[in-house]
Amino acid sequence: MLGFLKRPVVVTADINLNVVALTAVGLLSRLWHLAYPRAVVFDEVYYGQYISFYMKRIFFLDGSGPPFGHMLLALGGYLGGFDGNFLWNRIGAEYSSNVPVWSLRLLPALTGAFSIPMAYQILLELGFSHCAAMGAALLMLIENALITQSRLMLLESVLIFFNLLAVLSYLKFSNSQKHRPFSLSWWFWLMLTGVACSCAVGVKYMGIFTYLLVLAVASVHAWHLIGDQTLSNVCVLCHLLARAAALLVIPTLMYLLFFYVHLILVYRSGPHDQIMSSAFQASLEGGLARITQGQPLEVAYGSQVTLKNVFGKPVPCWLHSHQSTYPMIYENGRGSSHQQQVTCYPFKDVNNWWIVKDPGRHQLVVNNPPRPVRHGDVVQLVHGMTTRFLNTHDVAAPLSPHSQEVSCYVDYNISMPSQNLWRLDIVNRESDTEVWKTILSEVRLVHVNTSAVLKLSGAHLPDWGFQQLEVVGEKLSRGYHESMVWNVEEHRYGKSQEQKERELELHSPAQMDVSRNLSFMARFLELQWRMLTAKSDDSEHKYSSSPLDWVTLDTSIAYWLHPRTSAQIHLLGNIVIWASASLAMVVYVLLFFWYLLRRRRSICDIPEETKCCRCIPTLLEASSGKCKDQAGIAVTPGYSWLRWVLAGALCAGGWAVNYLPFFMMEKTLFLYHYLPALTFQILLLPVVLQHVSDHLCRSQLLRSLFSALVVAWYSCACHVFNTLRPLTYGDKSLSPSELKALRWKDSWDILIRKH
Amino acid sequence: MLCATSRLLAAGTATAPPAQPRGRGPGARCRRRELHFPGHPELPPGDFLLGRLARPSVPAGRRVALRRGRMPPAVGGGPAGSEPRPRRGRAGVEGARAVGPDVGAEPAARSPKRPARGSRCTEAAGRWTLLTLVTLLSFATRFHRLDEPRHICWDETHFGKMGSYYINRTFFFDVHPPLGKMLIGLAGYLSGYDGTFLFQKPGDKYEHHNYMGMRGFCAFLGSLLVPFAYLTVLELSKSFPAALLTAALLTFDTGCLTLSQYILLDPILMFFIMAAMLSMVKYNSCANRPFSAPWWFWLSLTGINLAGALGVKFVGLFIILQVGWNTISDLWHLFGDLSLSVVTVGKHLTARILCLIALPLTLYTATYAIHFMVLNKSGPGDGFFSSAFQARLSGNNLHNASIPEHLAYGSVITVKNLRMAIGYLHSHRHLYPEGIGARQQQVTTYLHKDYNNLWIIKKHNTNADPLDPSIPVEFVRHGDIVRLEHKETSRNLHSHYHEAPLTRKHYQVTGYGINGTGDSNDFWRIEVINRKFGNRIKVLRSRIRLIHLVTGCVLGSSGKVLPKWGWEQLEVTCTPYLKETLNSIWNVEDHINPKLPNISLDVLQPTFPEILLESHMVMIRGNNGLKPKDNEFTSKPWHWPINYQVIWWLNLLSIALYLLLGSIIAVAVQRGTHLPAEVEGLSQVLLQGGGQLLLGWMLHYFPFFLMGRILYFHHYFPAMLFSSMLTGILWDTLLRLCAWSLASSFLARGVYMVGILSLLLGTAYSFYLFHPLAYGMVGPLAQDPGSPMAGLRWLESWDF
Repeated sequence: MLGFLKRPVVVTADINLNVVALTAVGLLSRLWHLAYPRAVVFDEVYYGQYISFYMKRIFFLDGSGPPFGHMLLALGGYLGGFDGNFLWNRIGAEYSSNVPVWSLRLLPALTGAFSIPMAYQILLELGFSHCAAMGAALLMLIENALITQSRLMLLESVLIFFNLLAVLSYLKFSNSQKHRPFSLSWWFWLMLTGVACSCAVGVKYMGIFTYLLVLAVASVHAWHLIGDQTLSNVCVLCHLLARAAALLVIPTLMYLLFFYVHLILVYRSGPHDQIMSSAFQASLEGGLARITQGQPLEVAYGSQVTLKNVFGKPVPCWLHSHQSTYPMIYENGRGSSHQQQVTCYPFKDVNNWWIVKDPGRHQLVVNNPPRPVRHGDVVQLVHGMTTRFLNTHDVAAPLSPHSQEVSCYVDYNISMPSQNLWRLDIVNRESDTEVWKTILSEVRLVHVNTSAVLKLSGAHLPDWGFQQLEVVGEKLSRGYHESMVWNVEEHRYGKSQEQKERELELHSPAQMDVSRNLSFMARFLELQWRMLTAKSDDSEHKYSSSPLDWVTLDTSIAYWLHPRTSAQIHLLGNIVIWASASLAMVVYVLLFFWYLLRRRRSICDIPEETKCCRCIPTLLEASSGKCKDQAGIAVTPGYSWLRWVLAGALCAGGWAVNYLPFFMMEKTLFLYHYLPALTFQILLLPVVLQHVSDHLCRSQLLRSLFSALVVAWYSCACHVFNTLRPLTYGDKSLSPSELKALRWKDSWDILIRKH
Repeated sequence: MLCATSRLLAAGTATAPPAQPRGRGPGARCRRRELHFPGHPELPPGDFLLGRLARPSVPAGRRVALRRGRMPPAVGGGPAGSEPRPRRGRAGVEGARAVGPDVGAEPAARSPKRPARGSRCTEAAGRWTLLTLVTLLSFATRFHRLDEPRHICWDETHFGKMGSYYINRTFFFDVHPPLGKMLIGLAGYLSGYDGTFLFQKPGDKYEHHNYMGMRGFCAFLGSLLVPFAYLTVLELSKSFPAALLTAALLTFDTGCLTLSQYILLDPILMFFIMAAMLSMVKYNSCANRPFSAPWWFWLSLTGINLAGALGVKFVGLFIILQVGWNTISDLWHLFGDLSLSVVTVGKHLTARILCLIALPLTLYTATYAIHFMVLNKSGPGDGFFSSAFQARLSGNNLHNASIPEHLAYGSVITVKNLRMAIGYLHSHRHLYPEGIGARQQQVTTYLHKDYNNLWIIKKHNTNADPLDPSIPVEFVRHGDIVRLEHKETSRNLHSHYHEAPLTRKHYQVTGYGINGTGDSNDFWRIEVINRKFGNRIKVLRSRIRLIHLVTGCVLGSSGKVLPKWGWEQLEVTCTPYLKETLNSIWNVEDHINPKLPNISLDVLQPTFPEILLESHMVMIRGNNGLKPKDNEFTSKPWHWPINYQVIWWLNLLSIALYLLLGSIIAVAVQRGTHLPAEVEGLSQVLLQGGGQLLLGWMLHYFPFFLMGRILYFHHYFPAMLFSSMLTGILWDTLLRLCAWSLASSFLARGVYMVGILSLLLGTAYSFYLFHPLAYGMVGPLAQDPGSPMAGLRWLESWDF
């Protein structure tokens, strides 16, 4: 019990001064004059508005990424005491004094700074020398684009940080696999891998590709583990379960957690409500909830309702009718029924009210007790203000000639009888006797005579229809589409039989008493779906670029220009690093295939494994049994094929998965989208350099020569960094001639003031 | 198929009793094993169903081969039944390497005892009978009531029309490559169709026009799918029941049947896909005799079919991927075989490059050459192509025309946007409506030829008439500042800082000024992008940009359709973004200048590679343009496998079962579990043969999830072929595994028999139930409870 007393308490501190030094210079480079342009810089204008929404607890919808990244930025604002009162409308606008610029920018800067020692650690864990590891970290340190991007309220540096953290912790985990499986540190790194992956996905959807890469490497390792016959079946099963829990279950839970916190934080209604369904809107404080609070739940005969289209594209709208009729003859010569128009109207209006009527009775009020309407019932819909019946018939709709026209029946044309019976089809019903519920039920209205379904066609009517949206009866009812589904949004029980009284009633607000809540999962699923399907309308931007321009740095982005001087922040990479990283990539791939082909012919240029068990991913050759526990013994690592492959899989693979998907994307792309891929490419650079030096330079002389070259090359990169520094930090105003001299490529759009 | 099965059954029962006692000979263990080597050369035809289950133990040499992870030898005298050999060269190579010292046994496995000659003959006869039966049944179902309905059905309106275009030699544009429609046209031509039917809309009666040739051709290719699938599965699994099951699934699938009965591209496409798959599988089984005649035959046939598949639709790319993957892994194994010299591997590589890359490419290009040769008259497709392209087509106003070559001041020109389907720069006597920019004359782009497309190019600083004979001709050069005057209305092309009507970030372009006098906002700098013709501007060939001098923006068309006030022509804007997109690049098409000598446009005619490239660009853009709109139904890929049909559900279930079984076996092998030889043989069939089919299914299904264009249900059919083949192999293997795990031979045989028969009969019965769907229904719709089909509407979502 008291065994620990028998031994002295010993704390052994093992501090790698390299890491400390790297962290220090990293912090210095990222935090220096952090609050300097006290003005909105480029995309801060975009993220800033979401920070304000968080501060004011207003609901918003941003299709560009999950909420974790936005929440992290908002955390900075929270800690800095930001009240959210700033109008983010223009790049270059001066921040008012209530905006805590420094603390808002702190988090991205910190993550940017910590990426530097992490690069060092990753290369060490991959089994490369300290020298190579230092090289990687120093390259990250002087990469101008990374510095610019991490000094502002932007999310790329946070994404890069979590990407690297995921890779690093997976490497730590897999290196401790052989000697200490199921130890504390093993569990820690395994769990951290899952957490880092989910954080990366939570910051930007792009993170999913790094997650998939880590999963792929993990499953290859797991496959080898299955093949390891020295382990018992139970042991293998435990290993697999642990991995599944950490790499599949935890990320899913974390992802849900982000949304849970997000939905708790933003509980007030705001400008983005309209996109969401009525049920979702009703769950927010204020807005629709205030109107719908206390409505009766079950729609009954005699109920007064507004019907909202569930699809809501191009704009959310309500079923509407008004006095005007369809024109007798359309511009293209087709005729219409000349009956009262039925449209979909994107604003709240008294003409959006409809009364649900039992076809068998005359009354338009609700009985006591109310008779609820159920799935499959046949109803008539009476327009509240004009008392006309919703009708459709075999007349071509104004803009969609393949569908039927929907009108409110006017009886002057006896040759066309009224066809105003509609069967109620509740789409999301649980049983066939379900009652039509306000907000919650999604219904289709199927015309009894023609089986046409009431549908929003999405077309805008011309002037005679007041530019409102066309509503049609869709005859080809194959399949399910949200544009055919409607839900009751506002609802009250009708009380007055007389038309005059009813009009008064319709003008007065609905009564209120109960509030309804949606479950978290329902809200999450809806929000996620809307985020994924939200379309960004504009695909053109002055500084947008195509992925092909990125590798060669053929594009740049002007982030900010000083209002008076020509001091400016410009997203530009360190071109020496970009070029040599791409070159290293090509060299790696060529060497890899060369070795692969030669190995196939049984010529091994690189030995299968090293003598040093500690440095290599031991899972892959677990069956060899040659390496005993040598943990802690520092042996100069030799060359190993497996290590070379693993480094390539993570670094070159990381580059590929973070770059190639952009070719498939249709959204507006910018240079900064390339930065995560670039980071992985930079990690590969020292790997290739060390390989060339250790393996391809046979003699000592060559090796020294090569080292000298590398030093020269690095100082060249430093020089470029220093030259571009004014554009990176934006602190120094350059003269027009100096700026012109910096325009090394014609496509760089450096701003030069004309005096 | 029904009657075939029952006949086989009868034959089986008749021969069973003598076979059984033979099977009882060896001990239990032996008996169990033999279940899986049902194939025996001496089996009488038709006996395979029962005979295989009651074979005595396998010859020793063969068993050795099996233990090395080889496939079970051919069943009951399959195509390769009499001389069992490694199914694939690769398997043989690996087997040899793995076994090492045991290599001596290899020859024994390769040359088993030859069966008696007579029995070989009967066996071959049986093999052929079965194949004939399968083929006949397939033809019978496909050709039954082929002439019904006697009107245009569905997409026949497109492809029949395109067939007619070939017969009439008028140029048209379609998003698919030409081969399929060429073949349809050829079939029509040979069967006496004269190309006069209009194919206007579905439902039009054919009347006296001869449409049966085209339908018959498609049905013929569609019928061949079944024997192809049969042979492929037979080759992969060496099991007749598996092959029969596949054949039954495809014969009795009403969807597949319907698709083969009309004038569509799909039967042609599927024909080439299946033919490529079959020849690839056949060629794989020739791998132990490289460079022999059959090897070359199947290899080059694969290449030919690949060209065919790609030539019909771009979906053919997926089968190319599959063959490519197969080839690469094949080469990889050859390369790793140290007994082969590098030179030999090089020869292998060259052979594949020749047959699988060079040959298909040549054929594919040849189809385009024929396409362009046949279609030499102007037709509905002209507008989609560039001006230079149109000059080739007789009847087009650019054909045999002669116009001045270099642009000079005073020339009257039309300016065409380089992007497909944008059209000519256009203006007319209508103003932009109130509230939309400045109230000046509209400038749009217009797809049709019209006097309002004519512009006069003038110098920016003089208004002298350049056509005055006293003024020397001055050519327009790159970088010149010019004015463009609209010929009909004498207004200048003009832009200013007002937002464009639809694209708010761009500037508005208008017609401004009176009789050619305007202001400095009418000045444009003309820039040539491809300056290989020097600084002058060449008609048709020079790509030019017009840059507005004052605002620095570029003239372009956004491609958006203007509302009614703009006559639904396309919006023209001046974009401040200087990127080179096709929207902002133009070329000069018509060119009138009396002072310049005319040259014949034939000089400017594009070369064949240019035409080829252009038509591909146009096709790709056309395909990308087929985007679904909001509020429109689109078929989603995840709905596809769940169709009306029992067969499709069976396929879906089989894929799930296959994945389960496959991963169990793979994990067991990886864990080093020692599988009994029988199971090992079966698992090889499952993992290798089934793996190829699964790959085919995935390649023909999953890419659709990534596609942005409109998708239709029939896109699933190629994938469905693969999944049906997989079903055949899976159930055969599964039943054999079940039979193997049972103790008594009688029971095992029973289980296997009953399983296969019930599957066969089940598919046949489902066909009996659903066949009205394929041959056209009579009576009311199925929603009506009185309809004969009402009982078949098992799910509410079904809609027939």
